[in-house]
Amino acid sequence: MRFNQFWKSSDSGFVHPLSSEITPQVAYAQRRDWLRQMAAGAAGLSMAAWASREAFAQTPSEAVVRPGKLPQLTGAVSRVSGANTMEKVTTYADASSYNNFYEFGTDKSDPAKYAHTLQTKPWSVEVEGLVKKPGRFDLDALLKLSPMEERIYRLRCVEGWSMVIPWVGYSLVELIKRVEPLGSAKYVEFITQADPKTMPGVRSRVLDWPYVEGLRMDEAMHPLTLLSFGMYGEVLPNQNGAPVRLVVPWKYGFKSAKSLVKIRFVEKQPINSWGRSAPQEYGFYSNVNPNVNHPRWSQATERRIGEDGLFAKKRKTLMFNGYEAQVGQLYTGMDLTKLY
Amino acid sequence: MVWGAGNDALGANPAEYLIRATGDWTLRLLCVTLAVTPLRVMFGLPELAKLRRMLGLFSYFYVVLHLLCYSWLDMSFEWGDIAADIAKRPFILVSFSAFVLLTPLALTSFNRAIRRLGAKRWQLLHRLVYAVAVLAVLHFFWMRAGKSNFAEVFVYASVLFALLAWRVVRSSLWQWLFRSGSFTR
Repeated sequence: MRFNQFWKSSDSGFVHPLSSEITPQVAYAQRRDWLRQMAAGAAGLSMAAWASREAFAQTPSEAVVRPGKLPQLTGAVSRVSGANTMEKVTTYADASSYNNFYEFGTDKSDPAKYAHTLQTKPWSVEVEGLVKKPGRFDLDALLKLSPMEERIYRLRCVEGWSMVIPWVGYSLVELIKRVEPLGSAKYVEFITQADPKTMPGVRSRVLDWPYVEGLRMDEAMHPLTLLSFGMYGEVLPNQNGAPVRLVVPWKYGFKSAKSLVKIRFVEKQPINSWGRSAPQEYGFYSNVNPNVNHPRWSQATERRIGEDGLFAKKRKTLMFNGYEAQVGQLYTGMDLTKLY
Repeated sequence: MVWGAGNDALGANPAEYLIRATGDWTLRLLCVTLAVTPLRVMFGLPELAKLRRMLGLFSYFYVVLHLLCYSWLDMSFEWGDIAADIAKRPFILVSFSAFVLLTPLALTSFNRAIRRLGAKRWQLLHRLVYAVAVLAVLHFFWMRAGKSNFAEVFVYASVLFALLAWRVVRSSLWQWLFRSGSFTR
């Protein structure tokens, strides 16, 4: 059997050695054959389209068509509650070309244009602060730390648009358990890559670099909080935060820090980059909340990228981005209009 | 833009693209319109004057498209929401004021209106365009403020500043304050 790094090499993305979690190509081929048969059948094109949509909707893991651009990285269907929305998955083309990743420029088309310079190999993540077992984790070690899962999450950007993305990774809590946080650790701070040589946006003064995000300990340990290495059955494209990023589906997208290099356990609430830049606009929690408006735009509705037509009414934004059943209890007794 | 909308070539978020593109063109055309008089005087090109009305109306055309895109694509013509949005968000309020101020200028752009108003009054009315341009740049600045991304705002602000400063320097008040004194000494 050949390892995937040998049959696919690319300078955008990263090469990983994990073979145990990779769906055999045979399985993929079979699924596709089945679909092809449907399409070729007497039922005709529209029937086939209907059938394939039905098939996609029934089995989350098959909702994802591998784009075939980067090395494969797949995961088993997650059993975490809320981790597999049945909504239509955003196309890979949209998800990998419409990104906010200011290290590569402020325009949403900039990351796809310029992120090819990002060096993702070698890569390691330093874990430090209030933990019993601090240390530096090589990407290889992180990839093997826990079995990969596929999670289909809604992603809601603070700018009022949303996507549905099939991520590959595992709950951050798996890593947290390994490093054994001390009782004094109340928050987790995420520090991301900031290399002016490979990230042209870092030379601009738009934000203080490196980009920093933070979560409260219970948020970081919530099973929905994902440490992600891939999407659409492949390793993360650079513009989406390769080789490893955070995904917190009930918070606005900017909380999901990309290209992580350091995870620090701290006692005091960290100051996240957007909070530092514009504290009146971006709170620490930044939970998706249709009832608390951003000072310059409403958060009541959102546009689903690639799906809601140009003239379609925008869809209603859900409390905690639709994950209220899973995460609502983290915030009982908190005034979310003040702690936005 | 029209071609792109019909051919799905406006990127992942075509609504956002159209709203921004029409806004950008409004700003550009406002600057070009305001550049007509300085260029005409500095380079002695009287024929440029003929372009001014057309460029001004183009600016208005684009701001109407901009407003239409916002009201339709962003707000789905929910008039209650639009009214609330204008009242609540200063950067929308500023831009809406600019639109309101620009409307009488577009309405009085034809020759008969100039005659009816009298050249003096017409000119006074049309000086509103200076306020409109300032409000438009303020709107753009405010939009970009949350992301501290001011490079483009700075370009428009500089162009506008230069065009307005030229007028201030040539104004009779300025001449009286700074020139006449030095000549009579």
